[in-house]
Amino acid sequence: MRSFGFIDLLSFVHALQWTVVLVLVALAFGGPLALLLATTRTSRFAPLRWLAAGLIQLIQGVPLLGLLFFFYFGMPVFLGIEVPALVAVGMAYTLYTAGFLGDIWRGGIEAVKPAQWEAGACLGLTTWQQFRHIIGPQALRMSLPPTVGFLVQLIKGTSLASIVGFVELARAGQVVSAATFQPLLAYGIVAAIYFALCLPLTLWSRTLEARLNGAR
Amino acid sequence: MNFQQLWRYQDQFVEGALITLALTLIAAVVGLAIGVAGAALLRGGAKPVRLAVRSYIEIFRNTPSLIQIFLIFFVLPAAGLKLPAFEAAAVALSFYFGAYAIEIVRAGLDSIPKSQVEAGQCLGLTRWEVFRHIVLPPALRNVYPAFTAQFVLLLLGTSLASQVAAGELFHAASFIESRTYRSFEVYAVVCAIYFAMVIAFKALFAVIGLAAFRWPIRR
Repeated sequence: MRSFGFIDLLSFVHALQWTVVLVLVALAFGGPLALLLATTRTSRFAPLRWLAAGLIQLIQGVPLLGLLFFFYFGMPVFLGIEVPALVAVGMAYTLYTAGFLGDIWRGGIEAVKPAQWEAGACLGLTTWQQFRHIIGPQALRMSLPPTVGFLVQLIKGTSLASIVGFVELARAGQVVSAATFQPLLAYGIVAAIYFALCLPLTLWSRTLEARLNGAR
Repeated sequence: MNFQQLWRYQDQFVEGALITLALTLIAAVVGLAIGVAGAALLRGGAKPVRLAVRSYIEIFRNTPSLIQIFLIFFVLPAAGLKLPAFEAAAVALSFYFGAYAIEIVRAGLDSIPKSQVEAGQCLGLTRWEVFRHIVLPPALRNVYPAFTAQFVLLLLGTSLASQVAAGELFHAASFIESRTYRSFEVYAVVCAIYFAMVIAFKALFAVIGLAAFRWPIRR
C-alpha cells in the first residue's frame, strides 16, 4: 500500500489517451458505417430497409458490455486467431456507434420533407446529387444536436472497455484505487475527468438545439 | 462452438434475468419519483434549490454509470454505510436514471402551452384539476417515447451492476463462464436474453401506448 501521489495523476493522463483513441476509432469506423445504415434504412428498396432496421434493432437491443464480450471472446472463435484487445474492443465500439448514430441520422434524413427530394429530381439531379446537395446538409443540421449528445454517451461508454482489461481511464482508476486504498480520491478524480470531457459537449449540444428550435 | 454444456445452467440464467428485471424496475420507479420531484423543484423551487437540482443532473449525466456504481459501492462503506452489492447498484442506477427522468418530466411539462393552463383556470378549475385534466394527459403522451427509450437503456445499463457482483444476468454469465470455460457461447446466450427482454418491453410499451393515448392530436 502506498499513498496517492503525482505518479497516479500521470497514469490517469496516460490512460486518458487510450480513452481518446477509443472514441476516435469508434467515430472513424462507426461514422461511415452509420451513414451507410442511415441511407439504407431510408432506401426505396424494401429488403435493404429491413436489413438496416434489423441491424439497428439488434445493436440497440444488447448491452454495450455484451457487444464487448461478444467480440472479445468471439474473434478467436470466428477467425481462429487471437487479436489485440484494441481490435476486438474497437470493433464493438464501431458497431455500437454505427447502430446509434445510424438511427439518429435516419431521423435527420426522414425529417427533411419528401418534396425536397422531388424538387431535386425536377432539377434533373441524380439521387446521389439530391442527397449530397439538398437532403444531406439539412439532415446534418437537424441531427447535429443528438449526434453531439451521442458523443457524450460514447465517451462514457468507453469506460466499459476497462471490464475486458483494456487500460483506459476507468481501468487506471481501478488500478490506482486498488494500489492506494483510496477509492473516493481515485474514482472521484476519474469521474471529474470524464465530467470535464462531457460537460462542454452536453452544453454545446443544448446550444445547438436551442438555435435549431429558434430558427424554425 | 458448443452450446450443449450451457443447458445445465438454465436456472442461473433465469435467476440472473429475474434479478436484472428487479434492478431495472426498482431503478425505474425510484428514478421516476426523483424525476417528478426534481422537475417540480426546477419549476417552483428557490434559486439555490434549482441550482442544486441542475448540478445533480449535470453530474450524473456527464460521468459514466460504471464509475458512479464504483463510487457508491466502494466509498459509502468508508462513511459507515455498508450497502450490499445489489442495493448499491440499485441506488446508483436509480440516481443515474433519475437525472435523465427529471429532464424528461420537465420537457413534458414545458410542452404544454401556458394558454391551456390559463384556459383551464378561466373555466374555474382548481390547480390540481388543471394539472390532472389539462397538463398531465398531453404531457404524458409527449414524453412517453422518450421515457420508454430511456427505460430500455436502463435495462441494458443494469449489466454494469455485474462489476460489483450484484447477481444479475451478466454476473450470472461470468459465474457460468468460470464453470464451463465457454466464454463466447455464454455471452452470446446472454446477449440473446437481453435482446429478447428489450423486444418484449418494446412490444409491451407499444401496446400500452396505443391503449392509453387513443385521443387524436389536434394542432
